Amino acid sequence: MSKYKNFRLLGGKFSVLVDRKASFIFIILVLIAFVVFTISTGSGEMKINPLTVVKVLFGAGPEMETLVITSFRLPRIIVALIVGMSLAVAGGILQGMIRNPLASPDVLGITGGAAAAVVGFLAIFSDKNHSLTVSIAWLPLAAFIGAGVVAFLVYFLAWKNGVSPIRLVLIGIGISTLMQALTTFLMVSGPIYQASQANIWITGTVYGSNWQNVAILVPWAVIFLIIALIAARILNIQELGDDVATGLGEKVQKHRFILLMISTALIGGSVAFAGGIGFVGLMAPHMARRLVGSSFGALLPTSAMLGGILVMLADLIGRTMFSPLEVPAGVFTAGIGAPYFIYLLFKTRNA
Amino acid sequence: MTNAIETRDLSISYGETLIINELDLNIPKGEITVFIGANGCGKSTLLRSIARLLKPKSGSVLLDGKAISKLSTKEIAKKMAILPQSPSAPEGLTVLQLVKQGRYPHQSWLRQWSEEDEKKVNEALKATRLEELKDRPVDSLSGGQRQRAWIAMTLAQDTEIILLDEPTTYLDMTHQIEILDLLFELNEKQNRTVVMVLHDLNLACRYAHNIVAIKDQNVYAQGKPEHVISCSLVKNVFDMDCEVTMDPLFGTPLCIPYGKGRRILKEAVAANG
Repeated sequence: MSKYKNFRLLGGKFSVLVDRKASFIFIILVLIAFVVFTISTGSGEMKINPLTVVKVLFGAGPEMETLVITSFRLPRIIVALIVGMSLAVAGGILQGMIRNPLASPDVLGITGGAAAAVVGFLAIFSDKNHSLTVSIAWLPLAAFIGAGVVAFLVYFLAWKNGVSPIRLVLIGIGISTLMQALTTFLMVSGPIYQASQANIWITGTVYGSNWQNVAILVPWAVIFLIIALIAARILNIQELGDDVATGLGEKVQKHRFILLMISTALIGGSVAFAGGIGFVGLMAPHMARRLVGSSFGALLPTSAMLGGILVMLADLIGRTMFSPLEVPAGVFTAGIGAPYFIYLLFKTRNA
Repeated sequence: MTNAIETRDLSISYGETLIINELDLNIPKGEITVFIGANGCGKSTLLRSIARLLKPKSGSVLLDGKAISKLSTKEIAKKMAILPQSPSAPEGLTVLQLVKQGRYPHQSWLRQWSEEDEKKVNEALKATRLEELKDRPVDSLSGGQRQRAWIAMTLAQDTEIILLDEPTTYLDMTHQIEILDLLFELNEKQNRTVVMVLHDLNLACRYAHNIVAIKDQNVYAQGKPEHVISCSLVKNVFDMDCEVTMDPLFGTPLCIPYGKGRRILKEAVAANG
């Protein structure tokens, strides 16, 4: 059997080459994601068996279980899934665009910008008694704007007859450090409980997600995940380097800007609702590359599923293992991510 | 004879430094043209500028008589392919996945793998004898195979003109000949115009129909190797003393440099005599 399958429809108007192994792996991952989703929905203070969970999901469960699941657990698990998918795909795009497996949303300072904006928001909109003067519901917007502003800033500072990947990374690291300094400064100069509130946000957590968050995040993320999948084709070309890409008729600079905007939109959406959950954008695309290879048509969906599974697991562990204490999901993604990062560095050292 | 590529008043600079100055150059269709010259003379820069990888300071490059600055980059990519110097493939990318990218200018969002695409990719794999290796990662191949994979990608692009920047660098002698033979065949059988930069003067003389020697920001001499390659050209272009004789196998010019080294000729004559 051939490794690939041709799809040609509508008299050749639509055609695509599909990698059989990658499709198989993708389906397996979707199933795993579903299992993790179900287990996570069933775990917590009140244990609910998976079968009942499935029943509830299809609207045929007992009343009490339905209440617990739909009003408390489902929103946060959906947010965890979508955030994981967004961060993973954004990381995959950045790695392809910058042609470096170590690129991630954190490196470019985009997450750092969101963090600074959140701390700034908490500092600016506080009155003398340190209570917020505006609704906390505006916090996601602040985070999103922070991410967006930094992405633009990095892009325009890196501009010099077009933007080269290496300049993008170097300026990104610089801005990222600057944002960290700003965040620390704002945290230190504010009251202690505000710093602690900000710190939980920076670590990344899906605690307290509600249906309103889901209603905003899901459509936003789905739109940009689809756009990302369409852009897989230009990522494949960009990853060959500027010279080869130009030779093949690729509009390198224009598309590079679009790719950066897609990943910023995905990162902005997830930091807005889940804070700075780190390392997912680095790890998931990497693991995906191991599983399905370098072609982005297969790599992006695979990393999306891996990212979703990772964040759901991190959240599940965070809220059950040390119950009744809640440990932010970001602690666990960093817990797995940091050793993985070191392993990567170690491997590239030998290469 | 018509020209595939022409340059008119072409000036190229790197920052303040002028590399090529007001160059008028004609590159004939259906022939192999080789740029030669000393290191840093601007031959690669000229090739890159022709391939629109580098914006000229002034003047224009004409492709089939039309200025490339007026054509869309996709239109150019359907007529002219460029293989830059030592390109690198992402980790794990397979030969097929790489060669497939050559079809990029012919594809669209919806049409990503047409029958035509499949046919051209298979032809390219066949011409470069990579059919057996098509599912292997490019980074696991030897230097010669890897270069063949990149050439296959430019072949899949299905263009009349192929530009190559030092396609034989870092290859051992066997693989240098293998790559040049492949390009020669493409020119012979498919009548493609090949333009490349080569360092080896003797191989350049063997494979090129047309040699372009570059010196002092302009073309020093151009024509058939047997007409233009001489002691004085080598002296002027490369600043090297040499004898030019005839390649005993091919009859093309063969350049033998002077210099130091173990001179065993007299001893050999003495021993034989």
